[in-house]
Amino acid sequence: MTTRITVDPVTRIEGHLRIDVEVDEGKVTKAWSSGQMWRGIEKILVGRDPREAWLFTQRFCGVCTTVHAIISVRAVENALGMEVPVNAQLVRNIIQTAHAIQDHIVHFYHLSAVDWVDVVSALDADPKKAAQLAESLSDWHLNGPHEMKAVQDRLKAFVSSGQLGPFASGYWGHPAMKLPPEVNLLAVAHYLQALEVQNYANKIVAILGGKSPHIQNLAVGGISNSINMDSQSVLNMERLMMTKGWIDKLDHFVKTTYMTDVPAVGAFYLDWAGYGKGVANYLSVPDCPQDSKGTVFDLPGGYIENGDLSTFKPITSHGDPYFRDGVAESSKHAWYEGDAALHPYYGETEPQYTDFQDEGQYSWVKAPTFYGKRAQVGPLANVFVMVASGHEGTKKYLDGAMGTLRTVAGNPDIPIEALHSTIGRHAARAVRCGVMMDTLKQQWQKLIDNIATGDTDTFNPPVFPKGEVRGFEFHEAPRGALSHWVVIEDGKIKNYQAVVPSTWNSGPRDQNDEIGPYEASLMDNPVADPEKPLEVLRTVHSFDPCIACAIHMVDTEQKEIVKVKAL
Amino acid sequence: MAIHKNDQFEQRLGVSRRDFLKFCTGMAATIGLSTTDALAMAEAVEGAAKRPVVIWLHGQECTGPTESLLRGEHPTLERLILEMISLDYHQTLDAGAGHDVEHAKDASMAANKGKYLLVIEGSIPTKDGGIYCKIAGKTMLQHTQEAAEHAAAIVAFGSCASWGGVQSTGINPTEAQGAQAVLPGKTVLNLPGCPPNPYNFLATVLHFVTFGKLPELDEQNRPKFAYGRLIHENCERRPHFDAGRFAEEFGDEGHAKGWCLYKLGCKGPETYANCPAVEFNDIGGGTWPVGVGHPCFGCAEEGVGFTKPLFSLADVKTHTPPNEFPLIDQRENATGASTGAAALAGAVGGAVVGAGAMAAKKIGDAENNSSDNQG
Repeated sequence: MTTRITVDPVTRIEGHLRIDVEVDEGKVTKAWSSGQMWRGIEKILVGRDPREAWLFTQRFCGVCTTVHAIISVRAVENALGMEVPVNAQLVRNIIQTAHAIQDHIVHFYHLSAVDWVDVVSALDADPKKAAQLAESLSDWHLNGPHEMKAVQDRLKAFVSSGQLGPFASGYWGHPAMKLPPEVNLLAVAHYLQALEVQNYANKIVAILGGKSPHIQNLAVGGISNSINMDSQSVLNMERLMMTKGWIDKLDHFVKTTYMTDVPAVGAFYLDWAGYGKGVANYLSVPDCPQDSKGTVFDLPGGYIENGDLSTFKPITSHGDPYFRDGVAESSKHAWYEGDAALHPYYGETEPQYTDFQDEGQYSWVKAPTFYGKRAQVGPLANVFVMVASGHEGTKKYLDGAMGTLRTVAGNPDIPIEALHSTIGRHAARAVRCGVMMDTLKQQWQKLIDNIATGDTDTFNPPVFPKGEVRGFEFHEAPRGALSHWVVIEDGKIKNYQAVVPSTWNSGPRDQNDEIGPYEASLMDNPVADPEKPLEVLRTVHSFDPCIACAIHMVDTEQKEIVKVKAL
Repeated sequence: MAIHKNDQFEQRLGVSRRDFLKFCTGMAATIGLSTTDALAMAEAVEGAAKRPVVIWLHGQECTGPTESLLRGEHPTLERLILEMISLDYHQTLDAGAGHDVEHAKDASMAANKGKYLLVIEGSIPTKDGGIYCKIAGKTMLQHTQEAAEHAAAIVAFGSCASWGGVQSTGINPTEAQGAQAVLPGKTVLNLPGCPPNPYNFLATVLHFVTFGKLPELDEQNRPKFAYGRLIHENCERRPHFDAGRFAEEFGDEGHAKGWCLYKLGCKGPETYANCPAVEFNDIGGGTWPVGVGHPCFGCAEEGVGFTKPLFSLADVKTHTPPNEFPLIDQRENATGASTGAAALAGAVGGAVVGAGAMAAKKIGDAENNSSDNQG
């Protein structure tokens, strides 16, 4: 018998996502991913000054704060063919790497952990045993028995208050929960500690960016932070040293705790290496530009087809034609008119709401393709692409994670193919977080070294020509490959489009009715209890959905016809 | 008895009473309250048999306000939800999903009818019946109206919920509106800002928990403790404005010296918010947009943020700077000045002081016209 399950709202994500699945004999046989909110911010941008577009686009998302700001100024700079001072590149790199680390920590501990961790079971744990286990895995200083006992006491007080707030609706005692009570207690302790630690990363972003979320230190052509070692009012040695202090504290947690917890928890859920593969075409873009022209990157990018690393094709520069010419978006199954897959520069979008139609239109998200094929983006794509391109740091941390996984699981044979899975996406995020941490430290050092040469430049003024110019830029955001596309005419925005990581992953069926990465990854997922579809959440959460980001539109002709067929 | 009470307190809140009192004193100071009020706050939280229930709705938003709260450190988000309030519905944090959380929300609203605090994050699209934002098959407009009906108080957290925010500007493609606009007859407390400062929310909630009512509001229903003054009035770069020292471009000499950003389009002179007083992310000293050399763009102010061009000059709501000040060493009793020179300087100084008094009066007028009459 086929059972239809609608999960709406999907919680512990950014934005409004509805997931529908059909379950037959305990397995998912059909899936639909539907974005439920639309704002039309790009439409508002038309006619505005390109120098302020980043203030608007950053508001695509407060979780992916910083990313839509940095990439927007880069896209306009690309359209103008202008250079950016090295100091500005490095300050932006520090902000984006620190933000990525915060985002990954929060995703694991606060948004997705309770898919795997039974908080109520932690009440039955022996705090001493939990501490022994924790201390055998890492030298994080808050793993001792007193800490575990204090956390458990606090949890008891909370539960005995009878007011469970956001935890009242959890899947406690679900048959798919497999962790022993001690591991659950350890995870709860780190959930609470990580709430404090993620703020170390936010402070790094805020010292340079003015605040977090939503930084305010950018300018087309550079940054607004003047560098002056002899002023108390701008970026000086005190500010730089304060940034470094938080970087070091953050490094300690990432290396000893987050990167250990993910494989340690994963070791109890090895069956989830068999679920959630989905689309195995992986797209990732280079990032952390090192020179003023954006031709040298610290982190490589490229494309891999069908999970085969030997097909790796690099993406090498800002404005890379291989990337530029491969991207298209289809709205055949989205709530817009038209079926064809169009390039972002030529995107035409007319809202056409129909309510949810299984075989027709069912989402505000469009369906992007890369040379006609669906692609998965995000940390898993990034790790495969980095390994294929020979990135040493990625290989080192991947080996480390696989080592911890095998040790905690009792040394079974775990092939690298296990990464094409729900649990693999979590593991890849931890690996990438380690790489981001090292990159953050390097960018800070490079900034100091560059200032030491006497270079304090932070801004080149942009000049807008008469007539039309166009440009695009990419950024490897926490959720994967992001690109912004802009057409400028006489110094005003004529067209603006963002092709966002969660658009790649959460998009509906495309022009050929092929399902997207979320939908494909849900196929054959087990569902033990249709009333409590925890397993569906596990796979969807492994992508780290960000739906406000994913939904955009451009309307070059400024038409505003909306056809409402149902409601 | 006292010891016993303290033990109970520690068990329930997981924090020492001493630490908690310290926290309340700091929070009271943020709102501009006395130590006695701080003690009353502590009593209110300690004595509560049940934590106050909060229902939190997400409309057209970017989750910036929730992310902002995640960055709070006094108190932390964890203290807030484990010990101070009962957050019975919040899509970003709820452990369950789908019908489970919708059921939990309905049950909580029924059980706490007339007693829960409703928080709205994000705007509400009203075009075409509100189809541009749906949760569990219902529009945000319906969710907002239903939840507001029996709420004890309603807080709009962020510019989107307060006045529509970024998606309501320009052509406003979805006819996005703030909560107050779709809830006629209700009082909605507005905490604009993009994102809003978490401490304005936390202080408001603690005020509500303590005194059972909302803090004093201005004519746009913004609490005066947070929005009673222009950014310009508390800005650390204000002396440069008054002295006529302006940065003209990012990275120029004045910019590198930390001069006023007015000529780069700073909207501090027409935006009401406490950014320079409270700052962001608990770093201290210069951590806010102007502190990193960027003009304020008025994100909190309807009609300014996302509306006026970034680099256009602000409409200065207070006074413009006087052209000259007396030299400090020419005033009375200054070392080295002759008696006659000092007398002359005194006379000139007197005239300038008179001008200063006029300027001060204008500030007072501007405050009265806008929102602050607490001084």
